[in-house]
Amino acid sequence: MGRALIELVPIGNVDAEVLDFLALVLPETLPVSCHIRNHPVELEAAYHPLRQQYHSTELLAQLIRGHRNPAAKVLGVTDVDLFIPILTFVFGEAQLGGTAAVLSIYRLDQRFYGLPEDRRLFFERCEKEALHELGHTFGLVHCSDFECVMHFSNSIEHVDLKSNAFCASCGRIVREAIARLASAPKAS
Amino acid sequence: MTLPKDKVRILIVDDEAVVRESLGNWFREEGYLVDVAGSGKETLQKLAESSYDLFLIDIKMPGMDGLQLQRRIREIAPDATIIIMTAYASVETAVEAMKQGAYDYIVKPFDPDQLEHVIRNAVERKQLVAENIRLRERLQEMELFHEIIGQSPAIRRVLEQIRLVAMSDTTVLIRGESGTGKELVARAIHANSPRRYMPIVIVNCGALAEGVIESELFGHEKGAFTGAHYRRKGKFELADGGTLFLDEIGDISLKTQVDLLRVLEEKKIFRVGGNTPISVDFRLIAATNKDLEALVAEGKFREDLYYRINVFSITIPPLRERREDIPLLAEHFLKKFARSMNKPVHGISTAAMALLQQYDWPGNVRELQNAIERAVLVCRGREIQPEDLPLYVNEARESAVGKTLAEVERQHIARILQETGWNISQAARLLGIDRVTLYNKIRKYQLKPDSPR
Ligand SMILES: [Zn+2]
Ligand SMILES: [Zn+2]
Repeated sequence: MGRALIELVPIGNVDAEVLDFLALVLPETLPVSCHIRNHPVELEAAYHPLRQQYHSTELLAQLIRGHRNPAAKVLGVTDVDLFIPILTFVFGEAQLGGTAAVLSIYRLDQRFYGLPEDRRLFFERCEKEALHELGHTFGLVHCSDFECVMHFSNSIEHVDLKSNAFCASCGRIVREAIARLASAPKAS
Repeated sequence: MTLPKDKVRILIVDDEAVVRESLGNWFREEGYLVDVAGSGKETLQKLAESSYDLFLIDIKMPGMDGLQLQRRIREIAPDATIIIMTAYASVETAVEAMKQGAYDYIVKPFDPDQLEHVIRNAVERKQLVAENIRLRERLQEMELFHEIIGQSPAIRRVLEQIRLVAMSDTTVLIRGESGTGKELVARAIHANSPRRYMPIVIVNCGALAEGVIESELFGHEKGAFTGAHYRRKGKFELADGGTLFLDEIGDISLKTQVDLLRVLEEKKIFRVGGNTPISVDFRLIAATNKDLEALVAEGKFREDLYYRINVFSITIPPLRERREDIPLLAEHFLKKFARSMNKPVHGISTAAMALLQQYDWPGNVRELQNAIERAVLVCRGREIQPEDLPLYVNEARESAVGKTLAEVERQHIARILQETGWNISQAARLLGIDRVTLYNKIRKYQLKPDSPR
């Protein structure tokens, strides 16, 4: 039985260090292998000129279309600002219990809030939100535990409040889901 | 405290399918029970079969618009919580909807933080209202008034002041020695105010260590300091919508005074370690047994805060100034403790009652209550006797026995003068005589600031 795989797909001009960092740290929390994969995503198709933001659901659809490996989850990482129609912005969007998720690092940078750059904080936030969106693809919904990475965060303060780990019950669900994923038949 | 999310039923009404679906999913993922309707007509059909705690209604819909729908829902479910959804262009209509009783409104596209906040607020408020109604059903209306016992002019004036001020939102300062029942007065004001369905939060400032008062009052975010494992709401936030009672306000530090002043002016707080402002709306009632004016003069209490809290003040007289209330109070406590201890004590002997009325009760009503509790406990008959009362109450009699009226008067005046620090106006008021009469008595008894009592 192989190891479950997470594919990180850069969308736009994402800082390569962020992707390298995520590939390095995600397997510390999730029993998975993590690779960076280049997959062409048509950003302009998701652009909304009036809002000057990108529709995350459209990016998600493109990621799913380009997905081949049933033993893998795919996480798109983008540096553009994402929205869904009802909300002013989203940090990310995921298919609940599905294969793909997308994460925007746009609002995770201190500079977005007019504050001096803080690389350590920025990377920590990227890690938390990546784990959070991937958690959704493993079937997790939002968790009421403040410390749990699956706690809902709709503002940067909320992101900073939670930890970069799953609580006991979310962790159990994730590990079971990953075990099932690892035993899925490989694509030929 | 909070209603579990899976018990909260939300109905989303919007003619746009994309809004219904994404908003529905968002709340479902959050754990709420969600139903959707595409029009006012469909909403009314659904209402015929089920009930909802929260309605999110789009203001602009073909056919029946949000305002009309809101009125129809109100007819069917008068206490429904309705939140209006609007686009920027129609915010004014949303404000109109709020005037007609909508709880709040949100603007499309929704700010996720605000959306979550509005819903949580609505849910918490609904929960609190439900809880307070339940509590109130158990409580006799105005019961708190009945706990303030007395027929004396002084206590009647206090009751009159409570009635006068309760319905307004005025800040009240309650003054009185310890044990006079300042908390009871605060509760009576709250219980008779429009905020009575919301909580009254009581903080004894004197009992809080300097290190914890800030997080007690303001709450804190997780990780704000060592040991802050969870985010916690402070008293200001807990009192939102209701009344905050700050007892022993004369004991707070100058730093806390500055913090408090800012909250009173801005109606906003920041949790310790937090940087999101949180709006709070509470009525402040403060109490003190200290001479605040003296503290202001000494620079220990900020003058601006003093004026901010001393808008309407109620002074509760000490028990020795309303001795005529002692029998009423004593009988009240007797009944209460005889019942709770299940003892057949039915009355207080004349001799014991005389002692109770002579004693000065420096600890006021609380001390009297304690004395009666003890008396009921040790009483072996059906009536409380002098020997059932604490020794010091008996001693007060013995010291008076064998003394002339003049001796007792001299002693009493000397004692009051000492207690008031030779403040002639205050002493005269306490003694129930005018200042000239007091001055004449001081001359007659040759009292001096260091005279023996
Ligand atoms: Zn999420
Ligand atoms: Zn969790």
